[in-house]
Amino acid sequence: MIDIGLDILSWILLTLGGACVLIGGIGGLRLPNFYTRIHAASLTDTMATLLIFAGMMLQAGLSLPTLKLLAIMLFLLLTGPTATYALANAALLSGLKPDAETVTDNDKGHAG
Amino acid sequence: MIFVFALFLLTLLVITALAIVHTENLFVAVMLTSIFSLLMAANFFILDAADVALTEAAVGAGVTTVIFLSALALTGEREKPRVGGRNIALVTVGILALLIIYATFDKPRLGDPNAPVHQHVAPWYLEKTPEYMGFPNVVTAVLSSFRGYDTLGEVFVVFAACIGVLFILGVRPPRESLEPRDESSGLRHHLIPQVVGRLLVPFIVLFGLYVQFHGEYGPGGGFQAGAIIATGVILYALLEGEAEALRAVPRSVLLGMVIGGAMLFGSVGVVCMLMGGAFLDYSVLAADPVWGQQLGILIIEAGVGMAVCGALLSIFHAFAARESLS
Repeated sequence: MIDIGLDILSWILLTLGGACVLIGGIGGLRLPNFYTRIHAASLTDTMATLLIFAGMMLQAGLSLPTLKLLAIMLFLLLTGPTATYALANAALLSGLKPDAETVTDNDKGHAG
Repeated sequence: MIFVFALFLLTLLVITALAIVHTENLFVAVMLTSIFSLLMAANFFILDAADVALTEAAVGAGVTTVIFLSALALTGEREKPRVGGRNIALVTVGILALLIIYATFDKPRLGDPNAPVHQHVAPWYLEKTPEYMGFPNVVTAVLSSFRGYDTLGEVFVVFAACIGVLFILGVRPPRESLEPRDESSGLRHHLIPQVVGRLLVPFIVLFGLYVQFHGEYGPGGGFQAGAIIATGVILYALLEGEAEALRAVPRSVLLGMVIGGAMLFGSVGVVCMLMGGAFLDYSVLAADPVWGQQLGILIIEAGVGMAVCGALLSIFHAFAARESLS
């Protein structure tokens, strides 16, 4: 009984995490300028990481893989937002203004 | 299910490759190359080649990208417009593609147990590894003992590549640029990357050591560990500035690691000969042949790790020194 409950909970978490990745991806493509796009993309670094890893840890149960997943989750939660910050900071320093009015659909985000 | 996933990854691989060819911005091309390597690593992993996947992720997606970026800092960001020769290239690529597609008709099905590659020496390796070496990772056994000659050759290729890059880019920049430029280099003034980076560097190096010494039981070994440790030191160099990283691990130590790693590997072979065995036949190193094999593999993996780590860092510093010259 508990197993089924945990399984359902874990799948809910995994689905929500997948939805976050999807929203982040759509946002990264559709939002108007650089800062809003990395704002959307950072959703995959934080919320999606938390949800997906929580779901996977529930699947793994109390075992060594759970500890490894926890370590990977901590690593991703530390590095993802830092990378987003560094990206935004570099853009700001190179002179890209975070102005909501201007629609700067520049070439950087749309390679190929 | 795994087949669909593999097909998806391979499709992404083709798209990424086309994008790399198509883009004229070299910075974008470098990033796409990194993505290509990461996709390739995932592909290797679903083919159950965990060792190769780890190498591809650490070297291809990790260190190579950094070295490409530091090379890019010396050149322009945009590709030069090419003049002529397109039709010849197109025809050549077309003929080669047709030949390769023709060759795939004779290729055995993926994972076919009757394929020649699974019938030649592979069953013998799988059978004899636990008996001769006493550890489960057959890849490490093949790489460092059964085919030790090949790996010795690879280490000398790494050595030669490092020496070649150092000859072209110059081992030592002129005197005046040796002045530390701490103010401008590094991420000193950026608190968040610095704090997080400082937190991560020891764990990256620790993980590298784990990969190095756990290679007999899990995926890993000298090549991967060398790349991971080099990544940790490069992260330190990015955070604290290149001068600070050179103070922590000086050039002489790096060159010593490259030369010493290659020498260590070769000298294990010579010691094997002196103790009455064949070149790189580790069984004679200890009273018990299994222990001898394990000891030999441990030492030559350490040599490989040292050589790879030293070579990657030397190349990185060679590029970084040129950067501060211009």
